Amino acid sequence: MSDSASIMPEHPPVTDWVNDFDHTDPTWTENPFPIWEKLRAASPVVHTERFLGCYMPTTYQAVKEISYDTDHFSSRRVIVRDVRPEITARAPPITSDPPEHKPAKQLLLPPFTPDAMKKLEPRVRAICNELIDEFIADGKCDAAARYTKHVPVRAIAHMLGIPEKDGDLFIKWIHGILELGIKDDNALMQAVREMTGYFAGHIEQRRTNPTDDLISTLMAAKGADGQPLGDEHILGSLRLLLIAGIDTTWSAIGSSLWHLAKTPADRERLVAEPELMPLAVEELLRAYSPVTMAREVMKETTISGCPVKPGNMVLLSFPAANRDPAMFPDADKVVIDRKENRHAAFGLGIHRCVGSNLARMEMTVAIEEWLKRIPDFRLDPAGRVTWSEGTVRGPRQLPVLFGKAK
Amino acid sequence: MAGKLKIRVDQDKCQGHARCKSLAPELFDLDEFGNAHEVGDGSVPAGLEDKAYLAQSNCPEIAIEVTEE
Repeated sequence: MSDSASIMPEHPPVTDWVNDFDHTDPTWTENPFPIWEKLRAASPVVHTERFLGCYMPTTYQAVKEISYDTDHFSSRRVIVRDVRPEITARAPPITSDPPEHKPAKQLLLPPFTPDAMKKLEPRVRAICNELIDEFIADGKCDAAARYTKHVPVRAIAHMLGIPEKDGDLFIKWIHGILELGIKDDNALMQAVREMTGYFAGHIEQRRTNPTDDLISTLMAAKGADGQPLGDEHILGSLRLLLIAGIDTTWSAIGSSLWHLAKTPADRERLVAEPELMPLAVEELLRAYSPVTMAREVMKETTISGCPVKPGNMVLLSFPAANRDPAMFPDADKVVIDRKENRHAAFGLGIHRCVGSNLARMEMTVAIEEWLKRIPDFRLDPAGRVTWSEGTVRGPRQLPVLFGKAK
Repeated sequence: MAGKLKIRVDQDKCQGHARCKSLAPELFDLDEFGNAHEVGDGSVPAGLEDKAYLAQSNCPEIAIEVTEE
């Protein structure tokens, strides 16, 4: 789609990664790991003139310093884009700074505790098996299109109390915001408008018929001032839950299956030793962290000794931090039973992902149910694996064949 | 023979990753927001020492202290 008036020119290919990095370059999209290694070797913080000026911390330490420093780094913009229009659509608490952040986040935390997730788990197991039923007889499938994509869509729809069948709409909006929106402001604004209208309708219905779901919970919640949240706040939080709850986990499940498809030893070990699953999920989260966040520099400071100036964005790459060999021995190796793993896949500091317990549960269940029914599978040599561009990384096409290779 | 272990979760550092609760549910509990605290007075029963250290070494916020009494 390139009919939009606001679409920016295509980015020139990168030739100098250290001084001109671009996380939307096809080379990065395909395989970012060697690029991060190169950047890390050059400096703990690198800079590009692209995106109207943007830094990237390349080490775990530098990512941590920025994550903890809400004084110099604001969350008001959480996606690095070509444009920096005035902020209109907020999504508290992810776009909030202190002191507004804490009360906004505390409203969302109770529905996402591990105990709350245990109640949702049987529905997610059923969703996984319903999906597998649809393709298992074919002996092959595109695991991204037929499986990994639908698990989080249906789970979050179930929690919010909106129809699971509206999933295709959600996926379209998320693509508009997280991928097209980096370069095309119209695509982003249209997706936000449609999403806001959709949720406004659901809020309206619940004014007369309250329901037992997350939308009604937010409508009944009181803000820090003791007053009900305004519709603007509720809509912002609902947008956040939908955007953050879907292609992130879709990506994490997809990367996990991709790894297991091409690594029979790990797959066989998980089938034989299912008790390893909790450690395995953390290691897959570390090695293939899907989510890169952003901050905006508000005041001049230094990070790991490097000067950082206002007017620039920061590409806050938790995935790159998680590959830092200073923090993780054999950082580029998946060690399926890694014991020490302080990975930052869900962020560090006050913005720790509110849905981390949901994501872990969905990943665990989706991998477990897949391995129970399809213990042997491999990448389809006739197909091609493709990866999403930009802020959230995961396979968008993942053709696999079931059974052992002949 | 080492002394008895005691654990403590620093409430200012904990962000609710819940890694400790997952790895050592006997030693850690979560509040309504999902933030962690030690069970009881934080004394580690005999046999659970390894779990205390495992939880400590997986906390992304370095919020868990393990001390020998």
